[in-house]
Amino acid sequence: MIAETTNRLFAETPLVRKKQRREWVARLIFGMMAAAMIIPLLLIIGYLVYQGAPLISWDFLTTNPVGGMRRGGIWSALLGTIWLVGVSLLIAAPIGVMAAVYLNEYARDNWFNRIINLAVINLAGVPSIVHALFGLGAFVLFARMGRSVLAASLTLAIMTLPVIIASTREALASVPRTFREACWNVGATRWQTIRRIVLPNSISGILTGVILQVSRTAGETAPIMFTGAVFFRSISEGDFFAYGLKEQCMALSMHLYTVTTQVTGAPKPLPYAIAVVLLGTVLLVNATAIVLRVYLRSRKKW
Amino acid sequence: MSDPQKLAITTRALNLWYAKFQALIDVTVDIKHGIITSLIGPSGCGKTTLLRCFNRVNERYGYVTTTGEIKLHGKNIYDDDVSLVELRKSAGMVFQRPNPLPISVYENVVFGLRIHKEGGDLKRSVLDEAVEVALTEVGLWQDLKDRLDMRATNLQLEQQQKLCIARLLPLKPEIILMDEPCSALDVEGTRAIEELMFALKGRYTIVIVTHNMAQARRASDECIFMLLGELIEHSRTEELFLTPKNPKTADYIEGRYG
Ligand SMILES: Nc1ncnc2c1ncn2[C@@H]1O[C@H](COP(=O)(O)OP(=O)(O)OP(=O)(O)O)[C@@H](O)[C@H]1O
Ligand SMILES: [Mg+2]
Repeated sequence: MIAETTNRLFAETPLVRKKQRREWVARLIFGMMAAAMIIPLLLIIGYLVYQGAPLISWDFLTTNPVGGMRRGGIWSALLGTIWLVGVSLLIAAPIGVMAAVYLNEYARDNWFNRIINLAVINLAGVPSIVHALFGLGAFVLFARMGRSVLAASLTLAIMTLPVIIASTREALASVPRTFREACWNVGATRWQTIRRIVLPNSISGILTGVILQVSRTAGETAPIMFTGAVFFRSISEGDFFAYGLKEQCMALSMHLYTVTTQVTGAPKPLPYAIAVVLLGTVLLVNATAIVLRVYLRSRKKW
Repeated sequence: MSDPQKLAITTRALNLWYAKFQALIDVTVDIKHGIITSLIGPSGCGKTTLLRCFNRVNERYGYVTTTGEIKLHGKNIYDDDVSLVELRKSAGMVFQRPNPLPISVYENVVFGLRIHKEGGDLKRSVLDEAVEVALTEVGLWQDLKDRLDMRATNLQLEQQQKLCIARLLPLKPEIILMDEPCSALDVEGTRAIEELMFALKGRYTIVIVTHNMAQARRASDECIFMLLGELIEHSRTEELFLTPKNPKTADYIEGRYG
């Protein structure tokens, strides 16, 4: 009897078994939901590539559309998107990062800063078509930029600023406060603290956040439609500086929209091929961001 | 060694609020120069807060209000002509968790010098000497002289804490404020830090917050007991522990509060 009890010491009871079963089921369900994220991505990419494959080639990327956009490539649209994204990055990144540094490192809790925070949050909620109208009014008409790469990029920049600010603040907040305290206590000013400790330790997060946010604008159509993108333009092939800031440009997102809805008799794979290139551009930019992050992370720190 | 009557820190009717919550109530204290003063009291009684007042670091938290007077070496630190930078240089703080900066040992020690230099670069030889002097003073030089490029956050905790003390020294502080500097360390580490405190005493005024009664008894010359934001008793350490004047102090040192 006694031997029996000792042998059963620490053995599973039915209750434990029941708990384990539940644990297992919960884990399975949550895991499946997480894995489900991969499926849409693979399906989308697979379907697009399958449909668009017949058209995709190097020439497709590097020649202008011809024949009422039914034939030829997408060079002018691809270059347009690169310009729009690039210029809006150059505008939004410094402003957004500096604003975030102010909000995270300097701002005290007073009404002025609360208003700034409120503005940032609300700006993030403004629909892109409203940004488009604002861009049209402010940049195209009022500032007399006309419909141009510059006006469209500014509009995109304003649209991305709130998310850049949010992601930068997150990166800054991940630097432990003890580092800041250590600095203050040897008499470092805020700026010295930021420059010597906070920025070097958050730069990887800041950069990748900024790039990821900006790459998302590559897909925007509404804000550029009124402010700088045109249906069709032929530019010199192979020249990266074929567009000027004051000129109008084509863009992949808009080209895709045009080809699907306005052009009759376009070959069936064409919209898919454009979509593949658009997606490819975004993924390429994201991949760069990730490589950059891994590189910068490998050189740091605590 | 040093004039025992000289006062390093004095406060008069010091009150401090975190937003609406009053964390320090009418604190009046005279801390003597060149000795070790310990600050004891139950958790949340305002020890850290008081310590942070002495170099005005509390103000960095925005919603803090202070009234009353604090003087360091006779100078009111709320005077208009007081530079926070200079103030914090001369009253450095050591924290509960060692907080070396995520840079090399060498750069940690010279960090203060670098941020206070007046234009131009400091000579390498000046920096090298500062590092050797500071690390020797805290007893790390022998261990670390060949590993100065090592990332400071990879050191052992005890070494990190010593480094945090060494980091203050090149700035020639008068006062070293320590907030439970040993609570993350084991017995060996604690002893090492205490020995270091003894070595530094005399040249520096040391104020140390501790939860460890034995440490307060061993390591301090004078002792301050606080309760719920008020200063209850301040006297020589032996007196405070052997013949406390206030019954609350007696209760606390006999372990009747948490
Ligand atoms: N930054 C802060 N904001 C608001 N209240 C605070 C802040 N820091 C401390 N307090 C409050 O002030 C009181 C005193 O805190 P303080 O940290 O000075 O106590 P302490 O004596 O150091 O305690 P411990 O022994 O736990 O370190 C506590 O009630 C605490 O909740
Ligand atoms: Mg404390």
